Amino acid sequence: MEKAASALETQMLQVNIGPQHPSTHGVFRMNVTLDGETVVRLKPVMGYLHRNHEKIAEGASYLASMPFTDRLDYICSMTNNLGYAIAVEKLAGIEVPERAEYIRVIMAELTRLVNHTLLVGFLLNDLGAFFTPTLYAFREREKILDLFEAASGARMMCNYMRFGGVKNDFPTGFMEKLKEVIANYPRFLDEFERLLTENEILMGRCQNVGILPRKLAVNASVTGPMLRASGVDYDIRKVDGYSIYPRFKFRVPLGTVGDVYDRYYVRILEMRESVKILEQAVKEMPEGEVLSAKAKTGAKSPRTFRPPKGDAYGRIESPKGELGFYLVSDGTPNPYRYHVRPPSFVNLTILEDMCLGLKVADAIIILGSIDIVLGEVDR
Amino acid sequence: MLGPGLLKGMAVTLKQFVESYTKKGSIFTIQYPEERREMPEAFRNFPILVYDEDPENPRCVSCDICAKECPPRCITIVRDRDPNGAGLKKPKVFDIDVSVCMSCGICEEVCPFDAIFMDKDFELSAYDRMESLNFHKEKLLRPNSYFHKIRPTDAARIDANLKAKQEKQAPTPPSGTTT
Repeated sequence: MEKAASALETQMLQVNIGPQHPSTHGVFRMNVTLDGETVVRLKPVMGYLHRNHEKIAEGASYLASMPFTDRLDYICSMTNNLGYAIAVEKLAGIEVPERAEYIRVIMAELTRLVNHTLLVGFLLNDLGAFFTPTLYAFREREKILDLFEAASGARMMCNYMRFGGVKNDFPTGFMEKLKEVIANYPRFLDEFERLLTENEILMGRCQNVGILPRKLAVNASVTGPMLRASGVDYDIRKVDGYSIYPRFKFRVPLGTVGDVYDRYYVRILEMRESVKILEQAVKEMPEGEVLSAKAKTGAKSPRTFRPPKGDAYGRIESPKGELGFYLVSDGTPNPYRYHVRPPSFVNLTILEDMCLGLKVADAIIILGSIDIVLGEVDR
Repeated sequence: MLGPGLLKGMAVTLKQFVESYTKKGSIFTIQYPEERREMPEAFRNFPILVYDEDPENPRCVSCDICAKECPPRCITIVRDRDPNGAGLKKPKVFDIDVSVCMSCGICEEVCPFDAIFMDKDFELSAYDRMESLNFHKEKLLRPNSYFHKIRPTDAARIDANLKAKQEKQAPTPPSGTTT
């Protein structure tokens, strides 16, 4: 009987997952070749959301690109703003006031909380726990988005950072709300972990699935929590020490196996570290201006803002990995070249290597654990 | 796959379920058209043009800076002219395309005359997508009192700035024409 089954003539099946499939986190297509249910080839197809971001920036003033960076990774607009602002500040040699640095760190770490919370929620969606964990995540995110809205005026498309500071200071009553959110966050994380971390189904589905070996991760220039889940200690907040991160005490959580479960757990631990940074930043925050007088005139009339000739690469540890902006200036109000190094795009390139030999359902959660946002992948 | 971890998780969902009925503030959704959130003062959605007394003479001098700086270029301004063809310091056409505007607020930031500000109104849907989404000057003009109503702190600050500027200038600035 068994012999007869193996003698059956079978053929590979090609399946397109996406581009409009809830598990692909946007308009992303996975062209999968299947042998039964096992993935033997996986070709990522992207570009459906391409909107010419880099070329538009070359025709616009430096400031006019700031709201467009919000739309790269639309979950973490604050860190996108920060990355771009740091690149331009490097290019033009602008100093940032002390208080603005603290505001930036607070906003960046809140963004990290938002991103990781949402990612864990959506990863559970991909696993089949439909929308209960996601909505718990959304509920916590809502509190932080309210803070963003009070400070910057928009929940998601913040457009808050400026070259040499931030747009405006925190409004009155903001710090109290911020402290409340920070104080309550560990409680939410505890509850979230009680719901998920030791769940047998989650462990069964995620452990030893989609292992990314250390060496391959480094060779593929994977960054962010994905890289750290594979056990490589590389966090740009520590390596570069940009902004005022060296002042804060925090640890960089590392994974051991590099599977989906590690990627999940590294993010949970990272959120706990972010809460620590936030607590320190709120405590030490000085008074003062948030945008120096010189930078204010630059923001008021973007056409007069002409960085000297040269180029600069500014990078930050965005929640998804290394977010870099490479700018070339020719002394005019527009950048001559503007390039984005998006973390989710680079991390996505390794998808096939992690999925080969596994089942289709595993490919879905591996994609979920990479943490992509198509706005950033396609630009 | 039943185990202690699974049961612990179920206890969490059960707690959430019970709390949604018993604990105040655990439900985040609101019944939208009847119930409304109070927007923070910084909230921005779509630009308006502010005038002081006469809607025929808005603060806008049609300098075109906002139109040039607008990242998606959704503002169209044509300068008004007197019968002799000399340019007046006010706009004849001031159109903003709602479908293109991305609510970034750069126009407000770059305006040197404090004429354009972000409104909080977000219910701007319309039945057709061409003409009714292209807002003309008449639809954009709002009195300063409206601006005071939606954003009291900003309005007070800007009024003080304007007053200081006026006092600094010559007692009677020549009104009217530019070339």
